[in-house]
Amino acid sequence: MSATAASDIQLDASGRLRHFLTVEGLSRELLVRIMDTAESFAGVTAQNVKKVPLLRGKTVVNLFFENSTRTRTTFELAAKRLSADVLNINIATSATSKGESLLDTVRNLEAMHVDMFVVRHGQSGAAHFIARHVAPHISVLNAGDGRHAHPTQAMLDVFTIRRAKGGFAGLKVAIVGDILHSRVARSEIWALNTLGVDEVRVVAPKTLLPAHVEALGVVPYHDLNEGLRDVDVVIMLRLQLERMGSAFIPSEHEYFQRFGLTEKRLEKAKPDVVVMHPGPINRGIEIDSVIADGPRSVILQQVTHGIAVRMAVMSMAMRPGPDMEAV
Amino acid sequence: MSSPRILIERGRIVDPASGFDGPGAVCVADGVIVGVGACPDGFEADRRIDASGHIVCPGFIDLCARLREPGQEHKGTIASEGAAAAAGGITTLCCPPDTVPVIDTPAVVKLVTERAEQAGKVRLLPIGALTRGLNGKDLSEMHALKRAGCLALGNADRPLAHLLVLRRALEYAASFDLVVVFRPEDPWLCGQGCVHEGAVSSRLGLPGIPETAETVAVAQALPLIEQTGVRAHFGQLSSSRAVEMVAAARARGVHVSADVAVHHLHLTESSVDGFDALCHSRPPFRTTADRDALRAAVADGRISAVCSDHQPHEPDAKLDVFPETEPGLSSLQTLLPLMCALVAEGRLPLSAAIARLTAGPAAILGLASGRLAPGAPADICVFDPAAAWVPAEGGWLSAGRNTPFWERKLTGRVRATVAGGRLVYPD
Repeated sequence: MSATAASDIQLDASGRLRHFLTVEGLSRELLVRIMDTAESFAGVTAQNVKKVPLLRGKTVVNLFFENSTRTRTTFELAAKRLSADVLNINIATSATSKGESLLDTVRNLEAMHVDMFVVRHGQSGAAHFIARHVAPHISVLNAGDGRHAHPTQAMLDVFTIRRAKGGFAGLKVAIVGDILHSRVARSEIWALNTLGVDEVRVVAPKTLLPAHVEALGVVPYHDLNEGLRDVDVVIMLRLQLERMGSAFIPSEHEYFQRFGLTEKRLEKAKPDVVVMHPGPINRGIEIDSVIADGPRSVILQQVTHGIAVRMAVMSMAMRPGPDMEAV
Repeated sequence: MSSPRILIERGRIVDPASGFDGPGAVCVADGVIVGVGACPDGFEADRRIDASGHIVCPGFIDLCARLREPGQEHKGTIASEGAAAAAGGITTLCCPPDTVPVIDTPAVVKLVTERAEQAGKVRLLPIGALTRGLNGKDLSEMHALKRAGCLALGNADRPLAHLLVLRRALEYAASFDLVVVFRPEDPWLCGQGCVHEGAVSSRLGLPGIPETAETVAVAQALPLIEQTGVRAHFGQLSSSRAVEMVAAARARGVHVSADVAVHHLHLTESSVDGFDALCHSRPPFRTTADRDALRAAVADGRISAVCSDHQPHEPDAKLDVFPETEPGLSSLQTLLPLMCALVAEGRLPLSAAIARLTAGPAAILGLASGRLAPGAPADICVFDPAAAWVPAEGGWLSAGRNTPFWERKLTGRVRATVAGGRLVYPD
């Protein structure tokens, strides 16, 4: 039902990626193809000469309505390694503060003959809105919209899991923290379930879980010790400290007491558990430094993989079709 | 303006107020109905309307329609929306007070009613502001508003500062037998929400408006309504539980009634999927179970009125990221066809559907219209319940095209509307 509504806009008539807005509704085959393509680019990024000419002559616009360092930088690097020209536009300090509408901003950039928008926006649905209104030759990649989706983050996370675990069958994954406000969690849940993990758990106090969270295909836990039992992967989410004033949690202290990831708690998980975090991390609030910097942490690999995964998505959305197979 | 003698003949008369359902003629002279079933002796019509195969019923009374004038004429005007209302079979419109300026003085009441008279389409009954400037703190001059023609007062969708203001407002309104209209929604529970809080909002990551935003507001208001004895009306209920609460209060003798917006009888939380801003509504479309409960309550009369909750917008109001778009549907012309769809699906009899648009709302406000009886105002709708049409350029008269039913086939079409004894549709 809804999966169709969400995904029909991002696939072309032959089922190839045209925009990348959400993981919802995409097939397992397509997700695997993104990971396989990323795998081929991971080799490129480790070489001395880190460039391939796939996007030569194309212009990619990083259209960021919200501040971000990591995501914008990795998108920029990904585009440059594909030989594209990159334009960074930070709207938080630009036109819309002068009253220009979002659509006008998009139309103006379109008039400059760009080829791809990488969009981050504070409101859910922004990337869909832009994708629905851009000229047909432009691709839109969602770099995070409100609480809705952050599909490239989810893909780099599952890419990291695949590298660490070899596959998805039989895995139990716990996502811990502020699920309510997390676009990362929503996209991860779609990706993990589509790829066929055994179970996705979400662990948080009820104030940080969305209504009817089970309908997303997860099992909710309010006790971290229970939630971590026998899991293969733990994904910690950043506690958005700016929301502290809105009665979601009583204090950072109590939150860490109940939901912070410590060595002791991690013993409940499988011995070969890997710990992930989309960053930026709050040490001592949601995760103990010993774990973040420890052997089970793959947090920095996630960042590295982010570039390869974004190269994969960019090349697939920009150049759909047979040429891709040559990569 | 002259008032012609009109004969509507060969139609099927359906008048829920009297229970009459059968063939016959309706005769109009001097702005009132002079004959139902048969004409008075010697009646000579200036104008004859052939209603063969059509339903002849009272003109519809819409308890909530925003016309956007004064203050937001880029969205609609009394003239444009009045014409759309006439094309929708509506002969009386109640507009909420949240115009600019607010309808909180006799001068603004006079302004809007005179504009409606000049437009010459339908009768406008402004709902006055309960508090000055809708500020939620200072009582409006309610008696002056009543003298200017307001039958009901409300605070539109603006909150009151606290419950003591509500108590005083209800007491004062009750002193002058004014109806107080509620759009129940707790502002704190609603927060930044823009869709129903549930499975769909969680999936789309859209801030939700919980059902409790409505039920808590109803639960707070009901004891004060009971205590003050005011006549109260809850507009545009969206949840099954709120309907039950109002019905239970009514059953124990509290003077309360309720309406629902017609699109809430069709659309659900899933309608916003794909971030469809045309389905951005306040209150939001809720679950299928809520929608089915609203339908059942309309069928059995616990909800005694169905309104359009018409909110026309300029195109730009819907051209933004979903949470940034303005809520509301342009719905004067979809009121009848969406009711006809329920009749066609067998969810309620035709006479009940018509009652919710006529006698039901008339009773809530104590109006003389909403019925076909000699001496009643000549407000009449003639429609073809089987005629299909498509909202599109040309036939759509509202300045706002913001409807998810745009270019979708609807069944049930108005053929003629008589308001105040004059043929207002077609022109």
